[in-house]
Amino acid sequence: MYAFEYQKPKSLADAAARAANEDAKILAGGMTLIPTLKQRLARPSELIDLGGIAELKGIRKEGNDVVIGAMTRHADVAASDLVRSTIPALADLAGMIGDPAVRHRGTIGGSIANADPAADYPAAVVGLGATVITNQRQIPGDDFFTGLFETALEPGEIITAVRFPPAQKAAYMKFRNPASRYAIVGVFVAQTAGGVRVAVTGAGPSVFRQKEMEAALSKSFSPDVIKDVKQSPDGLNSDIHASAEYRAHLVGVMARRAVEKCG
Amino acid sequence: MPTVSMTVNGKKVSGTVEPRTLLVQFLRETLGLTGTHVGCDTSQCGACVVDIDGDSVKSCTILAVQCEGANVTTIEGLANGSELHPMQEAFREHHGLQCGFCTPGMIMSAVDLVKKNPNPTEQEIRHWLEGNLCRCTGYHNIVKAIEAGAKAMGARK
Repeated sequence: MYAFEYQKPKSLADAAARAANEDAKILAGGMTLIPTLKQRLARPSELIDLGGIAELKGIRKEGNDVVIGAMTRHADVAASDLVRSTIPALADLAGMIGDPAVRHRGTIGGSIANADPAADYPAAVVGLGATVITNQRQIPGDDFFTGLFETALEPGEIITAVRFPPAQKAAYMKFRNPASRYAIVGVFVAQTAGGVRVAVTGAGPSVFRQKEMEAALSKSFSPDVIKDVKQSPDGLNSDIHASAEYRAHLVGVMARRAVEKCG
Repeated sequence: MPTVSMTVNGKKVSGTVEPRTLLVQFLRETLGLTGTHVGCDTSQCGACVVDIDGDSVKSCTILAVQCEGANVTTIEGLANGSELHPMQEAFREHHGLQCGFCTPGMIMSAVDLVKKNPNPTEQEIRHWLEGNLCRCTGYHNIVKAIEAGAKAMGARK
């Protein structure tokens, strides 16, 4: 690691003021940032640790929605009775991230701010039509992820929470990389108040909605209706783990399994 | 350089560290607690697992300065004097190791599992160990050891 200064602000305002420095980096759970620093792929002048800001932690109900603080760990979401009873698919997804030690540190805010193409949470944020709440504004989940490791966040903007509306039915299925547990392809399917949503992670540079499947499932919510929907491999990721063609195939398989799991 | 203070294996400790010092470096190099191993150094193998405030964490992927005020337990903190912790005893009894390099992390993960799930099934044990790799592939006896260790920990209560 290159050397850096370390700050642990007690307030969101202090953290935001420091984050306005473009050479600084925000540290949430550190499950991606610290390995990145160790490989000298980043050279921030300062790390701003959000671990000391109490208001960023915790899970609460607001109306029918579940609001999860940005610094809430995956293990806490997976174990939350509130999440489990309101949106069980979200608790399932959190429990599938990484391994237990990673889930004890990694946070929802860190995961979505990083916008790894193979991360799990982006599928839930888009699949449930969630809203990302920052210290400046509210960003619809559909507009949040803008590309490979790119989000709508502005410099100095800090995610404070994510608001998830409940779904009538929802399920997440992923084909995991057996070494990293990242999604080679993960598909989140939900029947929501705003219609059926099918969000795909791992396959492309960023999470995306499979609109053809959404249209078919809106007419009839059963795995058979998407059997013949072909996902194009154009623009999908291709690496040593899976070709674009294989990922395209997996999108169909994972989507059907997710619909089946919805019951 | 910042000073960091924490409780390690029940003792208050502090040291002057660079912000980029990892917890595992602080434990091994500053405190001389070399039972916590660095295996892959890429957050995958789990040889460096320690307990921080009640949860198993990879000490190669957290900065020492992030642990200010924390309560840390390493493999050295499990035994009671010369009496091994029941999970350590179970690993010895069932030969839950081959070369032994992954063993500290395996035991720390296993103790955390049993704390949260006192009667884990074989499947639950294997699932929990996803972040602990044994390069000797000695998993069968590790799983047997954890099953026995869980029973022994239950009996001790």
